Parts: sequence; C-alpha cells; structure tokens
Amino acid sequence: MHWLPQHRQVDTRSRERDIKGRIMTITENMPTKIIGTRLLRREDPPLLTGEAKFTNDLNIPGALHLAVLRSPYAHARIVSINTAAALAIPGVVAVYAGKDLQSTWAGPMPCAWPVTPEMKNPPHFPLAIDKVCYVGDGVAAVLATNETASRDALDAIDVEYEPLKAVVDLEEALSDKTIIHEGLGTNKSYIWNLKVEATEGCVDAAFAAAKYKVKERYVQQRLLPMAMETRAVAAVPQPFGGDITLYSSTQVPHILKVMTALTLGIPEHQMRVVAPSVGGGFGSKLNVYAEELLCTALARKHNTPVRWVEERSENSQATIHGRGQIQTIELAADDSGKITAVRVRIIADMGAYLQLVTPGVPILGAFLYAGVYDIPQAYDFSCTGVFTTLTPTDAYRGAGRPEATYAIERAIEALAHSMKIDSFELRKRNFIKKEQFPYTAFSGLTYDSGDHLLAAEKAAKIADYAGIRAQQEKQNVPGATKRLGIGMTSYFEMCGLAPSRVLASLNYSAGGWEAATVRILPTNKVQVVTGTSPHGQGHETSWAMIAAEKLGISPDDIDVLHSDTAIAPLGLDTYGSRSLPVGGVAVALACDKVIDKAKRIAAHQLECAAEDLEFANGTFSVKGSPDRALPLAAIAFAAFTAHNLPDGVEPNLEAQVSYDPPNFSWPFGTHMCVVEVDTETGAVKVLKYVAVDDCGVQINPLIVEGQVHGGVIQGLAQALFEEAVYDSDGNLKTTTLAEYLVPAASDVPPITTDFTVTPSPTNQLGVKGIGEAGTIGAAPTVINAIVDALAGLGVTNMAMPASPQTVWNTINNATRGGKK
Amino acid sequence: MKVSITVNGKDYENDVEPRTLLVYYIRETLGLTGTNIGCDTSSCGACTLHLNGEAVKSCTILAVQADGATVTTIEGLAKDGVMHPMQTAFMENHGLQCGYCTPGMVMAAIGLLNENPKPTEDEVRMGLEGNLCRCTGYHNIVKSILAAASAT
Repeated sequence: MHWLPQHRQVDTRSRERDIKGRIMTITENMPTKIIGTRLLRREDPPLLTGEAKFTNDLNIPGALHLAVLRSPYAHARIVSINTAAALAIPGVVAVYAGKDLQSTWAGPMPCAWPVTPEMKNPPHFPLAIDKVCYVGDGVAAVLATNETASRDALDAIDVEYEPLKAVVDLEEALSDKTIIHEGLGTNKSYIWNLKVEATEGCVDAAFAAAKYKVKERYVQQRLLPMAMETRAVAAVPQPFGGDITLYSSTQVPHILKVMTALTLGIPEHQMRVVAPSVGGGFGSKLNVYAEELLCTALARKHNTPVRWVEERSENSQATIHGRGQIQTIELAADDSGKITAVRVRIIADMGAYLQLVTPGVPILGAFLYAGVYDIPQAYDFSCTGVFTTLTPTDAYRGAGRPEATYAIERAIEALAHSMKIDSFELRKRNFIKKEQFPYTAFSGLTYDSGDHLLAAEKAAKIADYAGIRAQQEKQNVPGATKRLGIGMTSYFEMCGLAPSRVLASLNYSAGGWEAATVRILPTNKVQVVTGTSPHGQGHETSWAMIAAEKLGISPDDIDVLHSDTAIAPLGLDTYGSRSLPVGGVAVALACDKVIDKAKRIAAHQLECAAEDLEFANGTFSVKGSPDRALPLAAIAFAAFTAHNLPDGVEPNLEAQVSYDPPNFSWPFGTHMCVVEVDTETGAVKVLKYVAVDDCGVQINPLIVEGQVHGGVIQGLAQALFEEAVYDSDGNLKTTTLAEYLVPAASDVPPITTDFTVTPSPTNQLGVKGIGEAGTIGAAPTVINAIVDALAGLGVTNMAMPASPQTVWNTINNATRGGKK
Repeated sequence: MKVSITVNGKDYENDVEPRTLLVYYIRETLGLTGTNIGCDTSSCGACTLHLNGEAVKSCTILAVQADGATVTTIEGLAKDGVMHPMQTAFMENHGLQCGYCTPGMVMAAIGLLNENPKPTEDEVRMGLEGNLCRCTGYHNIVKSILAAASAT
C-alpha cells in the first residue's frame, strides 16, 4: 500500500541519488514505513551489467592453476602414481600425490556434527592416501602456470589402481559384505534415536490399539545441487606479511576460516576468507572442501597465489549431493483418524566420507515426521547413517526437512486412503489448532506460532479444491486417459538455525548465533556489518530496510558489508533459512543499541534525562516538548567530534551485537498442485501450483515471493525430473546438465503465491525464515497430485522422479495387478 | 591465429590459440568477465552474448570463427550509465537472485524479443529453453521479459 503515492509520506533527502537511471526514482521518495515494501534490490545493477565479480572473475596476477586428478573408480586401492610425464609438460610447476602432502595437514577434513559419541568417521584428506572411495575422489594435484596446461597434465599422470567392489545400494552397504573403510570394521556410521513416550511402551500400545495403521516406504533419490556457478577458489598469500587470503565461492566464509586454520595449522588471525559474488549455493557451498584446503596449502608452500575452478562434470562428482534416504514411516490412528503414534526408520546415505554436516542432515528432519499435526508423546524415530562408495551427501535446500515432510505428507494420504476419506478432511482433524500456539510438541520443542487451517483453506480457495474434486468426478471416468489430480501438503519448516543450547544437545560443534554491527558515520551515513553471507537472497537490501526503519533514515544512506572476515570478523553465515530470523534480528538489535547510546548523548546536549526522550523518524525529542529536539545526524557528528559527550560515553556511534535466538523459527503453509496425467504416455502436466506460505512479518515481499518461486521449482524438480543416477559400479551417469535434468522455463509452471501473516513472538521483528519452505512443500504436493490423479487405477504410490517412464510403468503395474 | 573482433563497439586484434572458445577469449583475453560459464556441454546458456546481433552461446563458437564479427556482451548493454530496458525489467520484476545466469538470460531475452517482439508467456518459456536458472524458478524471469515486451 505504501507504494501508492497517496499513501506515502515523502522524505526527499535522497533525491540526488539518481545514479542508475529511471529505476532509482522508485526509491527517490522514501516512504517512512520501509519494512513490508517491495523495495527493488540494490544487489541487481552490478549483477545485471556484468560488474559483479564472482571468484573466477578475480584478476590475480601470477596465480598458479590447480587441477585435481580424480578417481575413475568408486572403490580401489592406489598401487602407484607416476607423475614424470605430467611434470614434463610445459607450464606444469608441480604434481602432488596424496602421500606427498600428508605432512601438510594438521588434521583430517572436518565433520562438525558428530551426532553420537560413537559415530564412526573415517579419516578424510584433501587427496586420497592409499585408496579411493568414490568416483571423483581426489588422487593428485597439479599446479601449472595456466589452466590448459594444468588440465592437460591430468591426462599424463599414470595411476595404477587395484579395483575393489563398489558399494552402491544402501541395504547392501548395511550388510557389511564389502567394508569400505576397513579401519572402521563396518559401513555403519551411526544409529541415532529419538524415542519420546509419555509412558513406556506407549508407541507399541498405540499401534496395537489403532483402528487404522499404515506403513509406507519412500525413497529420497540422490540429487545434485547444481548451483549455476560451480565452485571456484583462489588463495593469495603474503609471503612477507604472513597472512593468507582465501577467496571462495562459499556460503560460509566464517566457518571456512576457522576450519581451514585448524586443518592447516594456520594461526586463525593470519587467515582471511572472502566470499565474492556467489552464484547460488542451496547448501552445496555450506562446506569445507578439499580444493579450498589444497589451494591454501599450496599457495603457502609455493609462496604464490593458487586458483582453481570446477568444471560442471567435476561439480557433479566432487561437490556434495543431496538427499539419499530410504524412509519407512508408520502411522497409528484411532477410529476418527486422529494420529496416535508415529514410527520412523531411516537409512541415510552418507556417501564415502562425512563432510561438514553430513551426519546431521537426517537428524534435522527427525523432529518433523509428525508434520503439522497434534500428536501425543508417542514418537519413535531411528536413523542409521551408512557409508557407500558414492560422492558424500550433505545439506541440500531443506536438509532433512523436505524428506521428513515428504514422508508424513505422503503417509497421511495413505492413511486417508485406508479410511476412505478425503485427505484434506483428515488433515483438518489432526492440525495443531491456532489456539494451541505456542505449542509444546512431543519432542519438547516449542512451535512459536501458526494457523494451519487458515493457510490450508486459503490455498484450497485459490486452487479451487472443491471445483477440482467436482471436475474429477466427471473427468476421471473408467477408460479416461487424461486424469485430473489435486495434491496438497501442509508443512512446518523448522529453521532459523538455531538456539546454541539446542545445537549443543544435538552434538553440533558450533553455535547458532549471528553477529551484526551498526556504525553511524560522522555524516549520518550508516554501515551495517553482518555475519550472514548472502548468495542471491538479497540481504543487502533487506538489512538496509531493517536499519532504515529503525534509524529513521533512507535505505540509500545505508551500506551493508558482509562476506569478508576482515570486514565482518564475526558470523556464522547463511544456511538453514537462518539469515533473517537470526542475522536480520541481530541488525535490529544493534540498531537499538546504537540508538540507546545516541540517546544518552542527545539527553546530555538537550539537558534532560535519557528517559524523557523519544526517538522517531530519525530525531530525538523531549516527550511533550517536540521543539526540543536533535536529529540523529547531529548526534552522529557530535559523537565523532567528541567535544561535548557525557562522562563515561565513548566517542563514535557504533554498536555490536551477537544474538543467540531463543527458539527456531517455524514458518508454515499449505501448497496445492493440480496435475493432468496422460495414462498413455505417463506425461505429467502441472496445471496449477498454489503456495500459501506464512513466514511471519515480511521485510520485503518481493524477495519473499522470489524465494518461494525458486524453492517450489527445486522441490518440483525432485518430484518430476532430477536424480543422480549411478550404475552398479558406482559411476555417476548424470554428470552434465545434458543428462541431469535441471528444469528449464518450458518445463515448469508459473507459481501462484499467497501468504498469511502470523508474526513470530520470539523476535522483535516477528519474522521467520523463508529460504527452504518452497522446496519443503513442493515434492510431496506434486507426488500427491499424481497419485490422486491415478487413484482410480489402483495406484497408491509413485517413485521420484515421476518421469513419464516411471509413471507409465506404475500405471501398468497397478492396472495389470488389479486393485490392491 | 590472429582475430579482429569488435566487442561492445571497440575493435580488438589478438593472437589466439586455435582451440580458444569465444567465451574464453571474451573473459580472459579481453577481461570482460560479465559473461559467465556454467557448464561444459552448452546446456546452461550462462555464456550467451550477441554475435552480429544474434543471441548465441559463446561456448559453442571458437574465437577464430568470430573473426570479423561484432559482439555485444552484457557489459555493452548499458548506455551513458543507464541500463538497457531489459536489464531494468529484470530489476523491477525481481528476475534475478544470485545473478550468475543473469547476463546470459538477459542477452537471450533481448534476442528473443528481437525475433518475436510480442511473445505469449508460453513463447517466452519455450524461447528460454536453452538458459538454465537455479534460483528464480523462472517465474519472475518470464514476468520480466513480458514486461519488457509490453513496454516497447
């Protein structure tokens, strides 16, 4: 509403800032209410004009190029490595095998989430030492004066392997017939349990007493994150200064700094990490990778910059994968369909090694298998993490929570099917009700706020749920080949990672706080320094909006600094939809702190008590005497000159905050999808996708909608298109974008987004995260719609991705086998 | 081999290895790093630029094949500090997030409207088939292009 001219209170201070042509006129007249407006992103002009620099765009004179020789075998012993021919290639400076660098590492590559004290974690080094455990495992490193020579040299390295049996199948891996890491004696990394019972044995008792029971098995296929920018790294040493700067296409410069320092034995204060423009992450750049460590180590060894850029086919094998779980979920329900107990068994594919948070990914989902439903304390979850000879898995958009949501939202469909009632009705009977919030869940976690019925009914209205049901009656008649289906998902996203004490109870090695500094410069321009590290989420715009609203100045007068540990030394980076509910709230708190200090100076100069002052629209005034006032600009200059400050107040206006959130944030919503399935070809056509999400107060609805759009298509892509396909020898068959089906614009539908707004009571902005919600909601919504379309043919489940071939086979099996 | 190429209105003459792809020539020889590389199979379209006025993937062409040609890259679109209407449309419609596919997407979009100035939504989606984006779900990219089309 504030964009309508008649609703604006005009502030003309920023009128001269018309530097980008007509688009900037939109911010020329600043509305006094900033939060909630669709302010255009300040990030865009450099990205739209080619001015932005991604890591591989950096001009680094004299840099040597790193190339990594990768194992062509999923499982093999390294017998010998001969590098002589490679070294003879002009431009090649050095070639290293794993053994040559062994003394370089102060420790193995880090896994920050030992989920149980007994968890087995094989030593993992940037280059394999005596055996390789997946196709893509690093075997040797080449340094050359140019990229072409470095890659040519890879072909000239002669490695003799003794191939061993690949372990591709999860259930086979569990049998321990072929043990991948001999030193561990088993392929099992851990078993993690979450059993919550009001009274001992109540889960078993609930299943024994249940009127209705379902037991379902789902497979979460492996996915390739496929950020459009592959990874890239450059390490620039200062041989005489002693410091080293690591540039990396990473989501986590702060975590990377600590971990690189520890792994290489570099004093942390001599290590600087910079994330330049980063071309997407989706969890895949939430890690500490071999190439980051290799570039840093070799740059120090050679006293010269070393850079590396990943090829796409390399990215498919050497960057972590997502998902990779086999889920068994059982629901017990009474005669009204009220869910009385949940039992879940997961086998989670770790891949060959544990990367930064590999083992914790399924655990993040462990609390969400009851979905948005009011269940008693009768919950039995167990996850077994198992090694295979495949690329390590780790966080991928949603990390554990899409898997959990998929399972419960598919299982509730199965339960409704067994009860012969509409699944929407069954959900309504089980929803946690609005008046129950804040709701203490079976797990002891508190869901901050929600109104599931409101979101679901809104989605049903937009998608015309009743109308589609009526149309189905007419369309899905016996013999119909174009069958209509509607599917839904109601979800909770447990995000905003996270209260540090809760993370401690989950054995996570770090905290979940976020840091912010707000610095008011002498001329009343502002620097906001954040510990979050955006890579497409628009933090520069949103954080400036928060600070602008708080300080009563134009967002154009605020700069947001981030992603460089020399400029923003404290932070825990961007993942798990944490940036706004933790980092954004930290910015608001730092503004409060700086206003408090300014107020003391203003009180001193106005000769009144600080308590007698109020602060609004950038001005301090004495309550009841608005003519006795000082603008923040005057205080900023006074704090700079320090000529007339009260006793005990330091010069300058700056405040730093480290904010540890008291709770996760719990966005929620309902998604609905309408599909038409062609039973003759197996083709699925998405006719409509409706997302009704609730992330509390929205700072910038434009950005929120964008997050939902992208998230939904990523989840829809899991449902319909994407799968990392391996053969039985552990070779990835989908290494390029020609084989791995990241959807194009023509493959996907437009998204209808709408929202409900239920503020979070746990932070002053009332905000919740939104980065992963779309992905969490979409896959089960689409599959539910397909199964719904085919229900009349006896189809009760559908494997992902629901390719035409899979759909056609499933229909054929169901119709030939008769109704089950 | 010697090539003469006009890029963003400037004439260049360089010696290149015969195997040099146009995208590497643009990025490394000329230092115009706005054109990005996202794959190695000509699937993603991040490297799309204009060759003699036509949108092409610059990873599919050798620099020597562009000898004598006129090239426009993303850096050549803005005039006198004002962005091209397509760039503005992307900004106004939040048609980008991380921005990595964006230069190629913008160049492809301009090419699309050159061929079909008033496309339908379906025609925009089909016309973008060769350009992949992982952030936006395409919704706002399509909206941006339709907005640019209706503004002219």
